[in-house]
Amino acid sequence: MDVVDLTQSSEYTWQLAPRGRMRVPVIIYGNRDLIADMDDKVLHQAINVATLPGIVTASYAMPDAHWGYGFPIGGVAAFDADQGGVVSAGGVGFDISCGVRTLHTGLQVADLELKKFIIADTLYEEIPVGVGSTGRIRLDDAQMDEMLTGGAKWAVEQGWGSPADLERSEEHGVMRDALPDEVSARAKKRQRNEMGTLGSGNHYLEIQEVSEIYDQHTAEVFGLHTGDIVVTIHCGSRGLGHQIGTEFLKDMAQAAHQHGIDLPDRELACAPIRSPAGKRYLGAMRAAINCALANREIITHLTRQVFAKILPQARLELLFDVSHNTCKLEQHEIDGEIRRLYVHRKGATRAFGPGHPELPDAFQEVGQPVLIGGSMGTASHVLAGNSGNDALSFESACHGAGRSMSRRRATKTWRGRHVVDELAARGIVVRSPSMRGIAEEAPGAYKNVDAVVDVADRAGLARKVARVTPVVCVKG
Amino acid sequence: MVHRAADYPGHWEHFSHMADVGIRGVGATVDEAFAQAAVALTAAITEPSKVRYDDSVQLDFASTDLETLLFEWLNALIYEMAVRKMLFGHFQVHIDDCHLQAQVWGERVNRFRHQPAVEVKGATYTELRVANDDGVWVAQCIIDV
Repeated sequence: MDVVDLTQSSEYTWQLAPRGRMRVPVIIYGNRDLIADMDDKVLHQAINVATLPGIVTASYAMPDAHWGYGFPIGGVAAFDADQGGVVSAGGVGFDISCGVRTLHTGLQVADLELKKFIIADTLYEEIPVGVGSTGRIRLDDAQMDEMLTGGAKWAVEQGWGSPADLERSEEHGVMRDALPDEVSARAKKRQRNEMGTLGSGNHYLEIQEVSEIYDQHTAEVFGLHTGDIVVTIHCGSRGLGHQIGTEFLKDMAQAAHQHGIDLPDRELACAPIRSPAGKRYLGAMRAAINCALANREIITHLTRQVFAKILPQARLELLFDVSHNTCKLEQHEIDGEIRRLYVHRKGATRAFGPGHPELPDAFQEVGQPVLIGGSMGTASHVLAGNSGNDALSFESACHGAGRSMSRRRATKTWRGRHVVDELAARGIVVRSPSMRGIAEEAPGAYKNVDAVVDVADRAGLARKVARVTPVVCVKG
Repeated sequence: MVHRAADYPGHWEHFSHMADVGIRGVGATVDEAFAQAAVALTAAITEPSKVRYDDSVQLDFASTDLETLLFEWLNALIYEMAVRKMLFGHFQVHIDDCHLQAQVWGERVNRFRHQPAVEVKGATYTELRVANDDGVWVAQCIIDV
């Protein structure tokens, strides 16, 4: 992206004033290098989002933004229902409530060293991963609806997970106002045997080492110390979310037309929040959020079972669970007025700061953990929500490194086997069903996650707390 | 008409999209372009020639225009792959006035033989295009992986 198109309003903030059909400005967070590396289409898509009815304040792009479909990935936009605001399936994405959770283990690096191969093999055996994999759980129609209403809480009630996990999750593990009846039979069928599966692509389960602490006090509150071993799970709402995303894209394209919304890109398909199509989508999307929360809870349960066998002294306690593909109704202050807004975060993480009423007591003083997944073989980061970020991004931060190279180019650049060998030489054990998948997800195909979180930190979106590096990576 | 990736002169290709994959089918007829786009879909997951033709699935639906029909076609295949845990390598397509009838052949996913790289989440409207360019049919879009 050419920075000459933008006005730099502070060191890490770049703006494009409204022009043409834009209702609000575009604001992109980044340094000169990250912005120069962004595809021109990020700006193009952020401009398109700025034209949608009822958008409030700005169309934002996070430092890891890249070309998506409709909204950029790394896009944040809030809409006011009282001003004809819309909800967009393209603003949430296909993998509804894709997210990250990190678990403490109580272990240190030395505890894991002799067991890392057997634990990698056992996790790979016990946690269904990759295309075509199925879980052991089968849900009948009634159970499916209970899961779609109950989220992680439902999973805990079934014995898959721990009650203490629920406090350490956005929405306390249950997304309210889910409408399972708005989830099609096809979406439910697609999910029938996919509960507790990790998926593929950039989804993973990693055992990681806390390698660096940046904010000692917050790290202490989060329970993170250098040399600690943690487990991080990255996955979403599986086939159910994908099917809902697909079906509502079509439904909303028709709704937008019916409501006279002139879409600059068909993928921005949206419907007024208060329209029947808008309400249907919100109900189905919230059900998909519950599916993702339940799925991550079940995978957590499976992971605990594996650790209990191999490293019985481990205690896997949830640090936090975040989702980065959502639309949520939240209160935000705009020009001194509290407003209820529908905040779309597509490839962006909510980052509530200290004192936010929705945070558990444990995080009231320091803000919520913001979990940023890196690419395979590179670092991931734990950040904390900052005071004052409401005015910057509706309390949002980046979500990952973001690709810098297409899958096609990655497979032409690397061989999966070489990537595995190189990582092994650095002490990182990788397990995956697909060598081509490994090549497509090679560390070099992603932006430098450290640069992305540095900018998020300096721009004030969230502050750096700890850096974690992988020891074992199970990948779909 | 039966279209096989290996022996048919029409062709498929992938085009670049940073996070996802662009798939394109090219053929002398719209039927062929749709069939080749389906091969391109499979090729995002595995090498199409590795897919055996053990079972077949029939598909039959209509849409309002050819571009929406392509979107529906790819999403129908993605759905069938997901619920049957199958991959498809062999596509017979007939389109008559935005009404598509197809028979597709494939087999259950075998992670050792297919080494599936990604799971396709859905077809998108991005770069969605079905057109006759100088007598050659092109059918393409970005798929979310």
